[in-house]
Amino acid sequence: MRQGLYVIESNERVARDVFRVRLNGPTEAITRAGQFVNLKLDGLYLRRPFSIADWDGEGFVILYKIVGEGTRTLAALSWGQRLDALVGLGNGFDEEGCRAPLLIGGGVGVPPLFALAKRFAKRGVKPTALLGFAASEDVILADELRELGCEVMVTLETEGMRVTDRLEEASAGRDRFYACGPEGMLRAVKRRCILPGQLSLETRMACGVGLCRGCTCLTLTGGKRICAEGPVFDKEALAW
Amino acid sequence: MVNIQERASSGFCQRPVDISASVGSVRLKNPIMPASGTFGFGVEAARLYDINRLGGAVMKGVTVQPRLGNPLPRVTDCPSGMLNAVGLENPGVDRVLRDALPALADIYDGPIVANICGFTIDEYAELAARFDESDLIAALEINVSCPNVSHGGMTFGTDARAAGDVTRAVKRAAKKPVWVKLSPNVTDVAEIARACEAEGADALTLINTLLGMRIDLRSRRPVLGNTFGGLSGPCVLPIALRMVWQAYEAVKIPIVGMGGISSARDAVEMTLAGASAVQVGTAGLVEPSALVDIADALPDIIAGMGLDSYGALVGAAHG
Repeated sequence: MRQGLYVIESNERVARDVFRVRLNGPTEAITRAGQFVNLKLDGLYLRRPFSIADWDGEGFVILYKIVGEGTRTLAALSWGQRLDALVGLGNGFDEEGCRAPLLIGGGVGVPPLFALAKRFAKRGVKPTALLGFAASEDVILADELRELGCEVMVTLETEGMRVTDRLEEASAGRDRFYACGPEGMLRAVKRRCILPGQLSLETRMACGVGLCRGCTCLTLTGGKRICAEGPVFDKEALAW
Repeated sequence: MVNIQERASSGFCQRPVDISASVGSVRLKNPIMPASGTFGFGVEAARLYDINRLGGAVMKGVTVQPRLGNPLPRVTDCPSGMLNAVGLENPGVDRVLRDALPALADIYDGPIVANICGFTIDEYAELAARFDESDLIAALEINVSCPNVSHGGMTFGTDARAAGDVTRAVKRAAKKPVWVKLSPNVTDVAEIARACEAEGADALTLINTLLGMRIDLRSRRPVLGNTFGGLSGPCVLPIALRMVWQAYEAVKIPIVGMGGISSARDAVEMTLAGASAVQVGTAGLVEPSALVDIADALPDIIAGMGLDSYGALVGAAHG
């Protein structure tokens, strides 16, 4: 974990109600895809957690949807403004041993999977990405994943399709899945996907660093903090 | 590492400021302790800052049986504070004594306080007896004020007779100093404070959180999985000050003041109201370095008031 002031390089709309912000500052604390940051925003008492969509030596990127006060506040910020951030929180996805990954993302659950896809692409591993959105206006990162060499399948609820409808087809030839999205989607994926895999959970958090137990979820080995032992959990570990 | 004494003496104050504190027989190198439930069992905090800068270490509330706590979401906020409904999640007394407490004692050299919460008076006595046997524990903090469990907890702290009964049972079971942690969700805190003092409490800790809630406009449902939660943070400081003031007027035993302290100035204010030491909770969840920052800033503030010791502030606002 590293705390610092990060400078906004850009903060722009990339889909309906979805923004992409790049924050520049030290990133050595980010070691795995699936980790998150906890941002202090003016006027909000608790920090707000966001998963990391991309990072390099100079900064990191998050994609967020405006759903409440925190995200509305973030969307109003612009170039040059500084944010106090706790960076490199949580455990991240396990990439080791996976040769044919299936990434399953729903809505703004897709961003950490993009970070993961980049890690795989660097090693010459081409994931399949199965992405679900409410409508075509909500689609994010599909083109960027294609540019990385991923095979991308998109389902839209406006067309009566959900990721689970194409799960069997997308799983063919894959050896492991990585999922992030709304809890309903994650539960359905856990229940129906035959592959072993990992799921990234989200909830409201307070500290984000393991102190308060405000984000504990139930696993087969007891309560685990989404911020510390998570946010990524093995499919088999979750008591769902 | 900045040495507190040196920094103070190099400033405008000629003499070094003594920021040591004591809660009855428990001596603290400074008056800043983490509030139970915001510090885990110390190992997590030790990754964020030097916990040996703290005057004391207060562990998360411990129950007889392990508890998983309440359903998510357990936390939310308001403009100047937060609500939590964690629900006393903890591994139970056996595992705390076996694992968490020795692990904390390995990395922390100051006094360790065990916070205990029962669902019956017998459970309070059992927990007190178990921790009393440990050489690693300096004092027991009796949580009769947790608002996030359906029975026990706050039920004992909102009735003077019940609070007195718990205090008596714990005092019989333990030789170590007993601090009773009081609830602000009461009509008359002085009456409860007096009841605990009469049954032999060595100190009082107050305030725990205030019962509150928030409702999500989109779902039109309560935000917290437990519907209600405990309010803490800067917004409760004036209430905490008022109740510490009232308790100070009502009893002679020392008071550990807490509730919304976010700066060294807040800590001084709480001390003036009657606290012999303070606990800082919520501020440390937002700003990991908050407790150490407060300890660092304390000497200059005390020196600026023309004083040379923290102890001179205790209750000084009472005429």
